Amino acid sequence: MRRQQFIRSIWLHVFLVPLALLWLAPLWLMFVFSTLPERDIFSTPTPLLPGGDFFTNLQNLNADTNFSRTLLNSIAVSLIYTVLSVLLTSLAGYAFARFRFWGSTALFTIVIATLTIPYFVVVIPQYILIAREFKITNTYWAVVLPALANSLGVFYMRQSFLSLPSSLLEAARIDGAGEWRIFFQIALPLVRPAMAALSLILFLTAWNDYLWPLLVLSPDNKAALTAPVALGSLIGLTRVSWGGIMVGAVLMTVPFLILFIFLQRQFIAGIAAGGVKD
Amino acid sequence: MRRNLTPYTFLLPYLLIFGVFWAWPILYSIYLSFLDTRSFPWAWNPGVNWGRIFQDATFQDALRNTFLILLIQVPLMLALATALAVALNSQLLKFRPLFRFAFFAPVVVGAVAYSAVFRLIFNTDFGAVNSGLKALGLGPVDWLYAPGPAMTVIILVVTWRWTGYNAIIILAGLQSIPKDIYEAAAIDGATPWQQFLRITLPGIRPVLLFCFVLSIIGTLQLFTEPFLITNSGPGTATMTLGTYLYQQGFRSFNFGYASAIAYTVALLAAVFSLMQLRFFGRD
Repeated sequence: MRRQQFIRSIWLHVFLVPLALLWLAPLWLMFVFSTLPERDIFSTPTPLLPGGDFFTNLQNLNADTNFSRTLLNSIAVSLIYTVLSVLLTSLAGYAFARFRFWGSTALFTIVIATLTIPYFVVVIPQYILIAREFKITNTYWAVVLPALANSLGVFYMRQSFLSLPSSLLEAARIDGAGEWRIFFQIALPLVRPAMAALSLILFLTAWNDYLWPLLVLSPDNKAALTAPVALGSLIGLTRVSWGGIMVGAVLMTVPFLILFIFLQRQFIAGIAAGGVKD
Repeated sequence: MRRNLTPYTFLLPYLLIFGVFWAWPILYSIYLSFLDTRSFPWAWNPGVNWGRIFQDATFQDALRNTFLILLIQVPLMLALATALAVALNSQLLKFRPLFRFAFFAPVVVGAVAYSAVFRLIFNTDFGAVNSGLKALGLGPVDWLYAPGPAMTVIILVVTWRWTGYNAIIILAGLQSIPKDIYEAAAIDGATPWQQFLRITLPGIRPVLLFCFVLSIIGTLQLFTEPFLITNSGPGTATMTLGTYLYQQGFRSFNFGYASAIAYTVALLAAVFSLMQLRFFGRD
């Protein structure tokens, strides 16, 4: 029996180790390319070890597009979005979880039903609103506002608030605490783990978002771009530094890989939350 | 009375945004799809977009390509994700955190970043894939500029990005299956394969169904990879509903026709999701 298990374990690793290496290869090559001069990137056989040209490539990247500035834009946009979205979805989730009011079931059903509707259905009217009605293209708000209507966040926060013991909130109510005070001082601190998981996922989504910022940020206004849009605008151009593009990819990716190593549990909680029915 | 208004004040900020940026757009894009937006001012003409969609050869290409990805990539990826989830859940696995990192890492990588890398990796003259094939005495394959290979690249890249994501969800489903069922089955002499078919698969069915629906909706809207890696080409070989909608809506600014494409995507998503529910959702 133990021998059989041992053999099974060997087979498992024989399949899994090469597959894992294959899965890591693109990320390793991204890093390697970011450190090599142009002629080495385009040489065969493909170099597998890093060189020393990371900072030269970074300079090339900043010459091709103002990448450092766009990184700052990305940080600002993602932070603003995360803070506002967590706040709005917590408020809404709390209302759906803790109050019975006229229209609550209908409203919640409508909000959740939109989860099944593809984003494409709303992207054109959203663009018309931002570009032609509000005329706020090339601003942080253009990027942030439409995505704040995040119904998955409402669902997630509602679940978290539902799991709180209602006796606790009831006690505060009897003590005469106002509803807003109960929310900010008692309920919200108790769902901090859920807020952390949601924040991570929201920040990551905003950080990597491409299609929407591409639509509302104009390439003529390079200083207003987010990092993915700036980097995407270089792909496919001739006379562009590919070492530089790889530096951009590394700068966009590595912080999250490091974060992922330390906060794997929160990331996974955020992702799995959508998939597990209770 | 004051007490009764409180929930509405909690909801107000979210509902305002939701109403303006989701509820209204859902309705407005139906209306848009019935307008001729190539005339100025836009004119009511219900046939112009919906009539065109059935005759438009490029749209048919985009539809066929998207279906091809749906039929090949989604089942392949979910089979692989299930196998991975079972492997990562196995007691026999050593160095579990390292494996988890390897397969889950693509979840945090942005589409633009990995699209750029894969363009280099699949470069015909210098790419790592062709240089590997050459070592085996094969190739070279013109990955990005020949129709079949270009589609293969898109499928491989999407699989690389989303397999781990789905494995995370399936893993959560696996961990909700009580362990004593497996112990009882093992005592009764069930082989691991029998245990997988009789316990694991039924146990993760709801989660798999969720993954299917999510992947279908995602694939129907596939945009960044064909846009950046193959530029929908060569020709229209990797044109997807996503890249075609972008082209019509935001290159030609034909909002009416793009809205008709968007609603076609929504209809397809609804039909496929209901089919999945019907085949796999029965309890």
